[in-house]
Amino acid sequence: MDIFLQQIINGIVLGSVYALVALGYTMVYGILGLINFAHGEVVMIGAMVALAVINALSGTALPGPVIVLLGLMVAMPTCMALGYGIERIAYRPLRHAPRLAALITAIGVSIVLQNSAMIIWGRQYITFPPLLPSKPHFVAGAAISDLQIFIVLLAALIMVGLLFLVHRTRLGRAMRATAQNAEVAGLMGVNINTIISITFIVGSALAAVAGLMVSGYYGLAHYYMGFSLGLKAFTAAVLGGIGNLGGAMLGGLLLGIIESLGAGYIGQLTGGFLGSNYQDVFAFFVLILVLVFRPSGLLGERIAERA
Amino acid sequence: MKLSHAFALTILAATLGLQGCGKEQTTSSGLVVKIGSVAPLTGPQAHLGKDNDNGARLAIEEVNAQNLVIGGKKVHFELISEDDQADPKTATIVAQKLVDQKVNAVIGHLNSGATIPASKIYHDAGVVQISPSATAIPYTQQGFKNAFRVMTNDEQQGKVLGEFAVKQMAAKKIAIIDDRTAYGQGLADQFEKAAKAGGAEILAREYTTDRATDFLAILTTIKGGQPDVVFYGGMDAQAGPMVKQMRSLGLNAKFLGGDGTQSREFIKIAGADAEGVTASTPGLPMEKMPGGSGFLKKFESKYGKIQIYAPYAYDAAMTLVDAMKKADSVDPAKYLPVLAQIRRNGVTGPIAFDAKGDVKGGAVTLYQVKGGNWVPLQTMGQEAPPAADASPAADGKSPFSAGY
Repeated sequence: MDIFLQQIINGIVLGSVYALVALGYTMVYGILGLINFAHGEVVMIGAMVALAVINALSGTALPGPVIVLLGLMVAMPTCMALGYGIERIAYRPLRHAPRLAALITAIGVSIVLQNSAMIIWGRQYITFPPLLPSKPHFVAGAAISDLQIFIVLLAALIMVGLLFLVHRTRLGRAMRATAQNAEVAGLMGVNINTIISITFIVGSALAAVAGLMVSGYYGLAHYYMGFSLGLKAFTAAVLGGIGNLGGAMLGGLLLGIIESLGAGYIGQLTGGFLGSNYQDVFAFFVLILVLVFRPSGLLGERIAERA
Repeated sequence: MKLSHAFALTILAATLGLQGCGKEQTTSSGLVVKIGSVAPLTGPQAHLGKDNDNGARLAIEEVNAQNLVIGGKKVHFELISEDDQADPKTATIVAQKLVDQKVNAVIGHLNSGATIPASKIYHDAGVVQISPSATAIPYTQQGFKNAFRVMTNDEQQGKVLGEFAVKQMAAKKIAIIDDRTAYGQGLADQFEKAAKAGGAEILAREYTTDRATDFLAILTTIKGGQPDVVFYGGMDAQAGPMVKQMRSLGLNAKFLGGDGTQSREFIKIAGADAEGVTASTPGLPMEKMPGGSGFLKKFESKYGKIQIYAPYAYDAAMTLVDAMKKADSVDPAKYLPVLAQIRRNGVTGPIAFDAKGDVKGGAVTLYQVKGGNWVPLQTMGQEAPPAADASPAADGKSPFSAGY
């Protein structure tokens, strides 16, 4: 039982990070119908910038949490500027081009960012200094650290904030209007370009937080980290229904838990026939099942509306 | 528009110019010999790949500075670096690319999983291959006369690790994790065999990938069996986070790994949790290598700290050039028999190949992290006997004068 509880805890923490990154994918998709494959790299840049600041300050007398906060304070504006820049330079000129052009551009941006990071920060792993308490608490035999609790709470808080922004503010209404029909929203006085820019900026700010979380959680950052994280988060967004905020959160959490339980129990369930090397297969198998029965994801709207 | 046309033409001209040079094997100054160097230069193992590449580069630069004359012609070596991303598919693509560029020989690849599929392409094209660091057994079992390696294979290493776990670490219950690459899986299999033969119980065989960073799920499963030792067959980029996550789960088993774990980067990633971790690397410890201290100085002044395999890449390149010198030819047909019979003193130890192309001698050294550094614990197995016609080492003193 304690093993099962531990796997659920592992899954929820991992899932919270996936969810936060998945929100960035889903927001952009909801408004532009574009899969921003560079989003994973924005997470990586967020982690790298935050760690650069944190490592520079880690020798000083400042308390650990303050240093981490300062790292975030620098990483967030950097990522926001980056997100704005990517949209302005790479996507806006292609907004009326065929969708494939924008998609390939997104992959191109991702390669440029990854290689720039390799040039700036090198091929080495960048480590997170031991500033945060990592001593585990034991709850019914399962280990959970302050950091894990903090990650889940912060992710939840950010998601609630985002839902409030989208559903309860004027800006959110403009965003939803743009998502439904950009042309008509424009006729109603919504400045489409501003709204799209803001969407990228908000998504990138979330990416910066996620980047710091991941690097703090695993204790390291690397110029390559954005790729697989981005892929997983994208999967989570599709699982939940891409374009849908609640779907991204649900998809992220589900994917995290499925991965944990899959890796932990697949060997026992199949009598050793399939080992934990099938953990990704297991997660994607669930994704395929969901898409067969609900092609637009768990909470997604019908695809016909978009296409 | 005009500008960009001009630019495109310049690029085109430059490309054509380069290609022109490429086809030319002799220049006015002499013979140009192209040598490929392949390792993952991007991706999670880029730090290791760059280390290998720098090792080979150092050797080639030294040789070029000597203005060698082979077969009556002045020879200039040109090192062509390629990136295989530690990926078997990419490895075959870059191997073909190097073959198309008419390389004479290849130093590489780093990973066994990349080396094995690429070796078929080099074999078919008649390109000589020396891998500095691929240790999986199958590489030299394919009957390829052109494939060599300068690091002892995993049969020996797995055995030493398995016996060490049972005897010195007194492990009764062992959990094994590998990264499903040719290297990780092969090493874990050999380790399992030796540990079982020693009487230990294998609790679990769990798996991850060479790109993963989250191991909490498999570690949680392993924790349920309460192992004494966790063995990992794979690279430092996974081993580092794995040790940290073990401790964060309250899994206090000892951690044991192979050469992929025994890097400087591992200690950096795992931080305080690296203390007490044991790992092995084939060969002698750096300070006991015959040319170790001299190599260390040269390398570090140029490229910074060594990760793991740079001295082996250096030796691979030097051995290749040595064979060309002794055969007085850069024609693979001529120098290959000489290479197969070569006996020389490298910085990592004496280098001579057996009939399969494996380096002779089976020393494996175990290291433990103490005070943030890898400290050699003991060297097991025997080095190759001194070569009868060994040429003296570069500094003039034969490391074998003592005779062991």
